[in-house]
Amino acid sequence: MPMSESSAQSAAGASLEDRQKAAREQLDAHTYEIVQWHFHESTGCPFWLEKKRELKFDPLTEVKGFDDLKKFPLFEDDWLRGGPVRRWVPKAYADKPIYVFETGGTTGVPKSRVVIEDHWIDYELFSHTLPDEYFPKGSNWLMLGPSGPRRLRLAVEHLAQYRGGICFCIDLDPRWVVKLIKKGWMEHLEAYKQHCIDQALTILNAGHDIRCMFATPKLLDALALALEEQGTSIPEIGITGIFSGGTEFTPQWTRYFVEEMLGGPPEESGVYMTPTYGNTLMGLACSKPVTAEEKYKITYYAPQPRAVTEVVDFKDPNQLVGYGETGRVKLTTLTKEFFVPGFLERDEGEREPPYEAFPWDGVSGVRPYHALAASTTVGVY
Amino acid sequence: MLNIPIIRWGKPYESLEVDDVVHFATGEPIAKVSQANGGIIQRDMRKAKAARDALRQFSPDDLMDRLAKAADHYAEGTVPIGDGQQSPSEFAHQQSATTGLPEHMCLANMKKNSFVLKHMPDILDSLTRGLDLNILARGYGIESRGVVVSYQAQSPVLGAVLPSNSPGVHTLWLPAIALQLGLVLKPGPQEPWTPYRMMSAFVEAGIPPEVFSLYPGGAEAGAALLASCPRAMIFGGTATVEQYRGNPRVQAHGPGFSKILLGDDIVDDWEQYLDLIAESIYINAGRGCINCSGVWASRHTREIAQALAERLGPVEVLPPEDPNAGLAAFTVPGMAKAIWEMIETDLKEDGVTHMTAEYGDRLVEQERCAYLRPTIVHCSSSQAAIAKKEYMFPFATVVECPQEKMIAEIGYTLVGTAITNNEAWIDQLVDATNIDRLNIGPIPTTRLNWLQPHEGNLIDFLFRNRALQLSEERLEVLKRGE
Repeated sequence: MPMSESSAQSAAGASLEDRQKAAREQLDAHTYEIVQWHFHESTGCPFWLEKKRELKFDPLTEVKGFDDLKKFPLFEDDWLRGGPVRRWVPKAYADKPIYVFETGGTTGVPKSRVVIEDHWIDYELFSHTLPDEYFPKGSNWLMLGPSGPRRLRLAVEHLAQYRGGICFCIDLDPRWVVKLIKKGWMEHLEAYKQHCIDQALTILNAGHDIRCMFATPKLLDALALALEEQGTSIPEIGITGIFSGGTEFTPQWTRYFVEEMLGGPPEESGVYMTPTYGNTLMGLACSKPVTAEEKYKITYYAPQPRAVTEVVDFKDPNQLVGYGETGRVKLTTLTKEFFVPGFLERDEGEREPPYEAFPWDGVSGVRPYHALAASTTVGVY
Repeated sequence: MLNIPIIRWGKPYESLEVDDVVHFATGEPIAKVSQANGGIIQRDMRKAKAARDALRQFSPDDLMDRLAKAADHYAEGTVPIGDGQQSPSEFAHQQSATTGLPEHMCLANMKKNSFVLKHMPDILDSLTRGLDLNILARGYGIESRGVVVSYQAQSPVLGAVLPSNSPGVHTLWLPAIALQLGLVLKPGPQEPWTPYRMMSAFVEAGIPPEVFSLYPGGAEAGAALLASCPRAMIFGGTATVEQYRGNPRVQAHGPGFSKILLGDDIVDDWEQYLDLIAESIYINAGRGCINCSGVWASRHTREIAQALAERLGPVEVLPPEDPNAGLAAFTVPGMAKAIWEMIETDLKEDGVTHMTAEYGDRLVEQERCAYLRPTIVHCSSSQAAIAKKEYMFPFATVVECPQEKMIAEIGYTLVGTAITNNEAWIDQLVDATNIDRLNIGPIPTTRLNWLQPHEGNLIDFLFRNRALQLSEERLEVLKRGE
């Protein structure tokens, strides 16, 4: 999130270089604190305490800053499949109410992440980046995204509540959507999408005074087209703030949606749309404001120091690429609830330099990692 | 290098997403092609009716006259493409550079498209079985036998998700304009050339640009086009055909599995037919769905396979600009190798013999592309897995199978050439629903008569023959031609 707390706060008004330095110091100190927490017998979770025995170094004495995390092997998300899920709960939180959020699971065992309050904290921080003019405090929200054992559904609801509003949700099973695609049942896919849009239209037309929403790009597109068919539009129905996310959120899609479905930039249409990037492991990276002047370029910044995104060499995940260069997205999560020392995402993008609001590295042009995308097309004609 | 925009009802639109199309052999940039997102297509399709309304300002005869002029612009003219101009030789060079097809074949395909445009009145006459096209234009009218008939257009436009590998398929969508239906095309990623050049030729000939939309893009664009056009064609593999089977909105064109069947009555004279068999396998680099991928006979199969191997096995890879080049490059990385590995797996089966093995390696890998040289395989049984395979290069199996089992064993066959004079067997072939186009006699599978419907009649796909009754007064007015 933008620098607004602790040591970063003291750097306010300083040069970008000073702010970068302060942010880095904050990250190193935070890394030390988190590693101490997860690897100390009194506070750590069974998984990491067990893993510690396999490591050829002692995290408690040999991790002093962020760069020392390279000593860990890359995090494998397969470790998150199956039980007992309590092995991921830090001892210090053993008596707290625990949520479990799942990712994947269309076939086989999904990956599970335990959460206590991280999803609230992440979305409260995100809330501070939203302009109140377009996301008015106290206004109601529509969550047009996945339901079920998903972090996103509860996180968006909390975001609405944190901002003083109430969140309306739809039923949407993303695993069924993936099955429909795999089976090639495109008519059913279309019908299911329509089922989701029908639910959204019902809520929007029911007098709940909804002003803000979360939606995936595809559903947002479908909703806007459905509203057009009813002779109205997203601005006309009263929506002023939208946040969305995913690799489908491309500059071209954003341009199309802003120009053709919203009726122009926020100052003309009255609707502000912001992309986000994240997952169950990391939380939520938010975007530098997206403008026509910058050709709708989308650059994401992780909520440091709780999470870090790096763009690394395709062959050497410990080597950052140069600014503007392409590499694989590597995530690191550093919260007291969850520790991920470097996870290679299934995405690639370009490394972006720090800027005033986010004095640390960002990533732009996020898209599926080309090597994984190519392997699914070879042999097909 | 050309910048090729999306065309949205005749208007160019430059996308922020651009695909760099490069020369398959050298990597030289050939074009930057704007990529459409699905939402744009779905939104534009709201205005599809305007395309048909614009075309209904012209009579079918007038439109066909313009198509004849467009044929000349397409085949001989220098026309605007994106931010540049394109002559016929530049077209052939560019199409060859991105698809891997030899240039002389690109020029030959131009002639094919031009021929279809020029002969549109004959083609539509045969597809409609002699119906007055004004009946399609108005939606109803009196047929020559004095009966009121009605044909209702099921869509204001014809959509098509086009392939990259076979420029010949474009003939299938060309009649749409004459039928007063707009065109909504998603060009193949490596073959934007024909749709764009064709649109330019149409516009030069006086067809309003606002009846065309061209949406280069990825799978999402294809899905959006199919979802939003009430009638659309798609070209793909077996899985694509299966996916859309029974969907009245989509006409799916897949692999052809075209075959030549030699009857017991003529098979002893097989040498007489060797030329036409080789032509059916090899012409147009073996890329088409109408190329023969299986030769079936009850005897002499090994000799036939040997003779075909001697004829086609020595064919070498030549540069695309060489007028003698007979093979097309595989420009998608890894595809040729993956295909060859599939063939090698099938060759391990008992009773399967690779007849072209002695003519050198079939897989020829170059720095940026690969080729597969002609491959002939003998199967002593129709049960061999490879007997049902088709690949995008001159590849054929010669399969030994008793004549009485042949029809049941061949499976789906887009073009079936049956060389026989056995009338009883011909009757069975005529009744065989697994054969789409049936050639009786020594006709290469690749020689299409344009006056015959191909893989489903376009008129049946686009129009519904329904009941329409008129009052006596209206009938009289119609009869008087008022």
